[in-house]
Order: sequence, then structure tokens, then C-alpha cells
Amino acid sequence: MIDFFTRHQHEIMQATLEHIWLVGVAMLLAVAVGVPLGIIVTRHPWLSKPILGGANVAETIPSLALFGFLLPVPWLGERAERLVIVALTLYALLPIVRNTSTGIESVDAAVRQAARGMGMTENQILWQVELRLAVPTILAGVRVATVLTIGIATIAAAVGAGGLGEFIFRGLAMVNNQLILAGAIPAAALALLADLVLGLLEQRLRPARQ
Amino acid sequence: MTWLSGRRRSVFDSTLGGLLASPHGASYRLMKAETDRGTAREPILEFRSAGYRLPNGRALLRDLTFAVRRGETLALLGRSGAGKTTALKLINRMLDPSEGQVLVENKTTDSWDAIALRRHIGYVIQGVGLFPHFTVEQNISLVPRLERWTAERTHARVQELLDLVDLDCDQFAKRHPHELSGGQRQRVGIARALAADPPILLMDEPFGALDPLTRGELQREFQKLQHRLRKTIVMVTHDVGESLLLATRIALLEDGKLTGIYSPPEFLAAKEPMATAYVANFRMYEEAERANEHD
Repeated sequence: MIDFFTRHQHEIMQATLEHIWLVGVAMLLAVAVGVPLGIIVTRHPWLSKPILGGANVAETIPSLALFGFLLPVPWLGERAERLVIVALTLYALLPIVRNTSTGIESVDAAVRQAARGMGMTENQILWQVELRLAVPTILAGVRVATVLTIGIATIAAAVGAGGLGEFIFRGLAMVNNQLILAGAIPAAALALLADLVLGLLEQRLRPARQ
Repeated sequence: MTWLSGRRRSVFDSTLGGLLASPHGASYRLMKAETDRGTAREPILEFRSAGYRLPNGRALLRDLTFAVRRGETLALLGRSGAGKTTALKLINRMLDPSEGQVLVENKTTDSWDAIALRRHIGYVIQGVGLFPHFTVEQNISLVPRLERWTAERTHARVQELLDLVDLDCDQFAKRHPHELSGGQRQRVGIARALAADPPILLMDEPFGALDPLTRGELQREFQKLQHRLRKTIVMVTHDVGESLLLATRIALLEDGKLTGIYSPPEFLAAKEPMATAYVANFRMYEEAERANEHD
């Protein structure tokens, strides 16, 4: 087993990097879209149902089916990575949107009232108070989303986007457990590592409270 | 806090002491303010038939008319739901009146820019609302930083204010709110409201959440502060003792309407049922004390 890993060290490394790239880009996109959506939800409560509902629906579509749905979309279908990144972004969206709005809404009402009463503008309240206090909660959402997408990204190999799923699919086809593990172990390690690092970051940024 | 030592008598006693001192304090303050600026009679705040109703039409405040002169401390006294906090929020445009007008420095609040108006008025609320992710120093310097003061000026001001509210700068400046006691937090809240030296201070039950001893300490200290700073203060309270101790005039609110405005001696002698009810309630403790002395 160890022998197999050392022999295919280079390929495993390559696939791991591909995997990280797919998940990393998807997570950046998901944060860039999800955090503003989460803010919008708190500002316009009537949008909360459609936005959270939409993200919820995306979450329930089986990943293989979602890849299939996205395949005929013009620009996306052209390259497997594009398609996979968009699909992973959709999956990552729900925890990020939900945690952003929860984080902002759980800011103490007295704190918000004091901020307003002392003459902070809505933007200053959002950036200096609400988002700053919501950061740990948002990060918790990012953490959940990252672990989730690292798992789902293994299915990306089914549409030819590479990543650690390659080994798993090849292993399944060839009934070769070593090959399956060569994909599954690094993927699991990656998920644990992401969980650990983001968890530590979350703890560091949590403002001390009683 | 040296002047506090030896003063830890009963809360009632300390309130009574303040009550006796208060009328003198008030006239002294008015005289001083007059000689200082010659503007003591000028109203700095004015309600003109101001009313506020909720979007669903329910009136929280009706036809409120009164003026607050420069340097005065007006207590808004009344039961929960009488409209005290609503009246306070009309002053700094947290709410806009649905009827009538509210004037700050002779300008209707709707002609003020809301942000400029709020930075011009200090604001202290119950539960303080300190920012948990800011240190004491950052909390106090919020408005100066928003107003882009230089770092040196801001820092000097923070030191001055911590001194003013009797907190040691070296010890407290870098602490976070969760590392403070309730009383210390309230002190920081007051320092924060005073940061940009606003001429007007709004206080919404500033000492409401404190234990009686701490409350008494802070009320007495605040009384000293008033004498030093001579701000115009509007304070929401449901505590008669606090009103008598700190206010130059007491506005009694009931069901969104003004029942009357009294100086502390007038309030104690007032015949209106609401006022007599408050006074009777307040004297209850006095009687209890007397009854116990006879035993």
C-alpha cells in the first residue's frame, strides 16, 4: 500500500493539487456570491424565502444529476472544470448564505442601536460592527461548505474534470482497492485539514465574550 | 473614587441626600451657565405638538409640547410603554415625528442630516451597547474616529474621558467590554457618549440594569459630572429617586401624553394623581425606614 503511494507519488500529488484548485476556486466564488446574498437577506426580509429556498433546492440536487443539468449550458459545458466549479459553488452557497444572515442577525440589538444612535452610517454599521461580529459565524459556514465540496469534488472526475476522483473512478472500474484508496485517503485528509485550519481561524477571530 | 468612601449608606439615604442638594445645585448651575454664556434661557430642544404613530396607526406619543433650556437636565418619567423612549428617539432622529415638530438648536430635526445630528448628541442606553469586539479605548474613540480626528487628539481625549469617569487609563484602555463589571461598562458607555463633547446628552435608563449600590454610586458620580460639564441632558427613567436626584425638571408621561412638567420640589408637592402616586411610592421606603427606627 505504502509502496503503491510512493510509486505513484507524483500522480497523487498532481490529482490533489487539481482537487484543491477546483474546491478553492469554487469556495472563493461561493464566498463572493454567498456573503452579499446573506447581507441582502438581512436587509430585505422578503427576499429571504426565495434566496434561501433557491440555495436549499441547489443543495438537494444529486451531484451527478447537477453535472448533467449543467452540461448543455453553453459556456459552462465547453470545459469540465468550469462546469464542476459552478456546481461546487452552488453546493457551497447554502451554508454561507445562511450563516452570514444568522451571524448578522445575532448581533445584540443594543449594540446596533448604540451604533445607529452615535451616528454611524448604515455602511459603517455593516462593515465595522455587523460583519465584524458575524465573521466567526460566516467562517463556520465556509468550513462546512469546504468540507462538503471536497467530498463532492471527487465526483468531478465523472465528467472529466480531474482531481482525486480520478483514482476512485479508475479503481472502481478496475476493482482495485489500492487505487480507490489512493483517491479516498488524500480526499479525506484534505477535508480534515481544511476543517482544522478553518476551525482554528474561526476560534482566533471570535471576539471574546462572556 | 475617594469621595465615595464613607458614603455607602442605604440607597434611600443617598437619594434623599441628593434630593436636598438638588434645588441648590440647579440654581447654581443656571446662574453659572448664564454668566458663562448668557444663553441659559435659550431653548436648545423643543417639542412642538410632536406625535409619533406606528405604521399600523397606533399612536405612541400625542401632542407633546415642551422646551428644554441649555444646561438643563430633564427627566422623562413614566411607566413602561408611556412613550419615554419614543420621545427620546425623536430628538436624535432615530424616529421622525408623524405630527408636529422637534427642534434641536432651533432647527427642526428633519432639516438636520440624521448622521450629523446624532454625532452632535451623546447617546447612552440601557445595556450600554458597547461593541464587544472593540477595546475600551476603541469604544470610547468611536465618534472621534468617525469624525477623523488625529490619532494624538483622539488618544488624549480617551485619557481625559477615562479620567472623568474615574477609570484608570493604563488598567482599562486595552480591556474588552466582557472584562468589565456592569458599573465599569456603564462608565465606559458614558465616556463614549461624551467623546466628541456634544452639547446634548440623551440617556435611556442609563443606570437601570445595575445593582442598587452600584447604581447609587454612579448616580452620585454622574451628578458631579453634570456640575462640571453642564450638558443639556434628557434622561428616560422610571425611577423617582433618580429623577429627583439628577433632574432640574421632571416631565411626567402617561399613555403617550405629557401630564405635566415639574421642578423637583413642585413634583413632591404636586396634586396630579400620577405625580402623587409616584411620590407616595417613593415615600414608602422612607416610612419603612422610620417604622424600623422606632422599633
